[in-house]
Amino acid sequence: MGDIFPRGRVSVAGASTFGVGEMPGHSTIEMAGKAVQLALADAAIGLPEVDGLFIALPDDLFAGLSLAQYLGLHPRFTDNNRAGGASFMSHLVTAVTMLEAGYLDCAVIAYGANQRSSGGKLSTPARPDRWDAPYNPMYPLSFYALAAARHMHQYGTTREELASVAVAAREWANTNPEAFAKGPLSIEDVVNSRLISSPIRARDCCLVTDGAAAMVLTRTDRAKDGPRPLVPILGAAAATWYNSVTQADDITVTAAAESGPRAMAMAGLTPGQINTVQLYDAFTINTILFLEDLGFCPKGEGGKFVASGAISPGGSLPVNTNGGGLSCCHPGMYGMFAMVEAVRQMRGEAANQIAGAKTALAHGNGGTLSAQATVIFGNAETI
Amino acid sequence: MSGPAAEWDAALAEGRFLIQQPVDGSRAVFPPRAFAPGTGGELEWVEASGLGTVYSATWIQRKPPEPPYNVVLVDLAEGARMMGRVDGVTPETLHIGMAVKARIIAGETPVIVFDPVEQAHG
Repeated sequence: MGDIFPRGRVSVAGASTFGVGEMPGHSTIEMAGKAVQLALADAAIGLPEVDGLFIALPDDLFAGLSLAQYLGLHPRFTDNNRAGGASFMSHLVTAVTMLEAGYLDCAVIAYGANQRSSGGKLSTPARPDRWDAPYNPMYPLSFYALAAARHMHQYGTTREELASVAVAAREWANTNPEAFAKGPLSIEDVVNSRLISSPIRARDCCLVTDGAAAMVLTRTDRAKDGPRPLVPILGAAAATWYNSVTQADDITVTAAAESGPRAMAMAGLTPGQINTVQLYDAFTINTILFLEDLGFCPKGEGGKFVASGAISPGGSLPVNTNGGGLSCCHPGMYGMFAMVEAVRQMRGEAANQIAGAKTALAHGNGGTLSAQATVIFGNAETI
Repeated sequence: MSGPAAEWDAALAEGRFLIQQPVDGSRAVFPPRAFAPGTGGELEWVEASGLGTVYSATWIQRKPPEPPYNVVLVDLAEGARMMGRVDGVTPETLHIGMAVKARIIAGETPVIVFDPVEQAHG
């Protein structure tokens, strides 16, 4: 037993972003609260109907309680799961199963952060553990650098292949009005950018922006009568293998190799049946690792796959069609933004809409390649 | 009675690099635990040989004129992996697969670092 998922029985009734890019003068809870308000308006659902709150904030260990207070609700349940950028996909797993069980009727998942306006540096309470800390790795950057260095060694992945991930993200961002980083970006720009923790350079890194996002989930029998196109949730799986990637058996294989196949089995889909992928690209190596682990190309061939143009506009597998964390926005824990872009694709309202897309995979990553969670969304035709 | 991490600290303060070996003979465990991860089996302390191989490496850049410093992952001969640094190397000479040996730098907070192992010339 295990991994029984109510395929298509719960849907996204509302979705929103708020303050993507720069939104000075707002606290994290204000950002998240505004996103919730917008998502509820999108769903045409009143605030008093919300009975489950799911949230992680960068600066608030009691974020679920804070959101209940801010919204003025007495929810039946709050969940403050902190699996880093995978938190929100994990929240969704809990919310879907609770909605299906009838424990909840209307769940909200939210995130908000003011990383850019509050100082311009990634703000996180996370630190290397006591076994890694004596060597002063940059957290989390050096941990990803160690994965990238090993991937290059083990499979011959090149610097230029890594750079092509950033270039593809920028190409998508250039035609997305919401994206923060726009303008030309070449392979040469990336490989000549400032070295930070080898092999990772400045342009291999996600942005530091403000931004908030929220989604409203209800059972599908209610959502189908809502004002927005139906976006049923077809599968969702979280996988956690460790906290520090130091403990990986093979640092080039992440728990996405577990969460992806589990989510796709729930959805009854294979990688070839996924029309677009939104994944957490904190660094260029992430996109390569996750596309391999999720089954979109063989292990070790991710570099060649991304450099072929497959993930770019016009490619065979549109990835991070909003520009991703590398060029659209990265207010810390990015997971919500990957899911909202997937929802927009399923509704047919994305800035870079993929014609005919019926399935979208959103993948979150937390910690140092530690926690992975995959969600598969569909449209009304998929149930 | 201390937990395994404190026992490990106490040994390191005495200049001993300990590692845990599952009694069923499976590969060694680090960081220290109260029982074998994944199985719950019994562990016993053994002296680490200190020998290892660089599994991955990164050089962290600092503002010039401060030189970059390295952070590595080392696969210990006993099978566990740990973070560390390799002394006496440059970005040109440090490489994945390099044989290294642990050395304890004594002090208020002792730390384990690694030195390259001279390969025997045939």
